[in-house]
Amino acid sequence: MSRADPETEGTARTARPAADTGPVTEPAGAGRAPSPLRTLGLLRSELSTTFRRWRTLALLAVLAAVPVLVGIAVRIQTGDGQQSGRGGGGGPAFLTQVTHNGLFLVFTALAATLPFFLPLAVGVVAGDAVAGEANAGTLRYLLVAPAGRTRLLVVKYATTTAFCLVATLVVALSALAVGALLFPLGDLMTISGTRITFADGLGRALLIALAVAVSLTGLAALGLFVSTLTNSGVAAMATTVGLLITVQITDQLPQLHAIQPYLFPHYWLSFADLMRDPVYWDDLVKNLQLQALYAAVFGSAAWARFTTKDVTA
Amino acid sequence: MDEASAAEPDSARGTGDDVIRTRALTKRYRGGQLAVDGLDLTVPAGSVFGFLGPNGSGKTTTIRMLVGLIEPTSGTARVLGRPMPRSTRAVLPHVGALIEGPALYGFLSGRDNLLRLDAADPTADPRTRRTRAAAALDRVGLTAAAGKKAKAYSLGMKQRLGLAAALLRPRRLLVLDEPTNGLDPQGMREIRTLVRELAGDGTTVFLSSHLLDEIEQVCTHVAVMARGRLVTQGPVGTLAAGLRGRLVVTTPDAADAARVLKEQGVGDVAADGDRVTGDPPDRDLAELNTALVTAGVRVRGFGVERASLEDAFMALTGEGFDVAG
Ligand SMILES: Nc1ncnc2c1ncn2[C@@H]1O[C@H](COP(=O)(O)OP(=O)(O)OP(=O)(O)O)[C@@H](O)[C@H]1O
Ligand SMILES: [Mg+2]
Repeated sequence: MSRADPETEGTARTARPAADTGPVTEPAGAGRAPSPLRTLGLLRSELSTTFRRWRTLALLAVLAAVPVLVGIAVRIQTGDGQQSGRGGGGGPAFLTQVTHNGLFLVFTALAATLPFFLPLAVGVVAGDAVAGEANAGTLRYLLVAPAGRTRLLVVKYATTTAFCLVATLVVALSALAVGALLFPLGDLMTISGTRITFADGLGRALLIALAVAVSLTGLAALGLFVSTLTNSGVAAMATTVGLLITVQITDQLPQLHAIQPYLFPHYWLSFADLMRDPVYWDDLVKNLQLQALYAAVFGSAAWARFTTKDVTA
Repeated sequence: MDEASAAEPDSARGTGDDVIRTRALTKRYRGGQLAVDGLDLTVPAGSVFGFLGPNGSGKTTTIRMLVGLIEPTSGTARVLGRPMPRSTRAVLPHVGALIEGPALYGFLSGRDNLLRLDAADPTADPRTRRTRAAAALDRVGLTAAAGKKAKAYSLGMKQRLGLAAALLRPRRLLVLDEPTNGLDPQGMREIRTLVRELAGDGTTVFLSSHLLDEIEQVCTHVAVMARGRLVTQGPVGTLAAGLRGRLVVTTPDAADAARVLKEQGVGDVAADGDRVTGDPPDRDLAELNTALVTAGVRVRGFGVERASLEDAFMALTGEGFDVAG
């Protein structure tokens, strides 16, 4: 093993004639802060590992299919000569507008996927983040690499957040493509009734996608925390999704009015306020704060748990 | 293999040269299971250290504590002179480990598995990553299968890939938990050769196993565990030397042979089929043979069988090589 390796670190080692057999009381300087760029190496590896997973791709494919189905359904309905109805649960006044302007399919699709499909996908990815590695046994090899527990957790959260954004963008872009194919594009009406240009509309669509992605980051932190509690990826995913459904129901019960402002999905639909003119920021900001709170609380809990956990799997 | 430690002039001198040193290391799992109990282990630099014990004796638990995966309940562990698990960041880049069998990303190729683990090490140079991964794959004979998805690997191939991960960088210590598990005889031989090569380069190898002959073949030192406690440790020679061999006579006239041997002062004589065994006396064995032949005993085989590690283990623990409850 004394093969010369150009990257064997530091002067402390190279100064010694036989580094590998030298005294061990003064360990070589591997602990010296590595360049921060090398942390990006782990992030890049984590991103590519996550997005090369068959499961991730399947989730994204399902999300991409939702706007296609909504678009075709609306097209068939209006093709029959009927007025496009208010049914379908696709959020406020968006669905009715889709036939006049394909851009509205973006808003409709995001409104349709935000309550369940998007958070479900995020719950799966977040829940599996640590528990899945533990399940497969790869966690112990990452830790002895040594990835560092805090560093690994930060990379896992960053990757889950990236997935939130990618998943949202997949829905938005699929909707935009389907909308452009099936419906006319052009200037559009805001909820407030004012006219804005198509370019302005596109800008707002992008903002809405970002708002939706941010809405998912609180859940991502919660899922990551759950993921540090168990060695079973499936259990972590199921728990996270179960929590999501419970919280969604709790958010609807009038009797629990008092706690609802603290539930992570409470302000999720505030993204529609970006379609007002002028934009109504109050709930959007509240959503942002709430997500930051969840990320801080459950991020810390995940850290406290993961950095002290016995890894025996 | 003793040359490896003999070539280490300082190894006998101070305690500072010990690659692994544990003091009263104890682990009680959350379920209440006392897995390791007051372990005082000393692994000298440059040794090939066999860590021997039956299933469930606490080998893997000890290794987990050494690499910082679990926190000891009490006691201390120092690896490369630094306390664990506090110094994982400084110590682990110099340690290659195979713990409780390999674990891979099945949807990644063998090569990509290595690249990912190397990316996890912040002290590893990304510029040399691909060359180092290729060299490690070559070293374990996986070059041809490097591009294959790891889920399509056989158990032995997975084991080799796990070893390759431990060899991604030059290491000062290799911790191998049952490295020949699942390997074919050819694979086992290759691992033994590899271990000797690495030891020849000055890497200390800490090798756990429940295969006695494996330890006998490659190790310079050995420690024996039973039920979470250390039974003994030391150079492999002294362990077996502490036990005297056994005189074995093969003959069709077993009863006569046993009688003659007793008359000649051989202790603890036992006959089993055509084998008669006993504790060899201190005088020249040739005389014994002459006595047998003169008494008309037809001798087919005559000699002293060396005590094996298995005998040593039995003598040390007073019990068989069975799993403790
Ligand atoms: N995660 C765990 N939780 C609770 N008890 C455990 C855990 N892992 C191991 N044990 C117990 O600790 C003891 C030692 O187990 P360990 O895995 O260290 O043995 P081992 O010597 O490596 O055995 P083997 O040769 O089978 O690999 C056993 O009694 C086992 O049941
Ligand atoms: Mg074991």
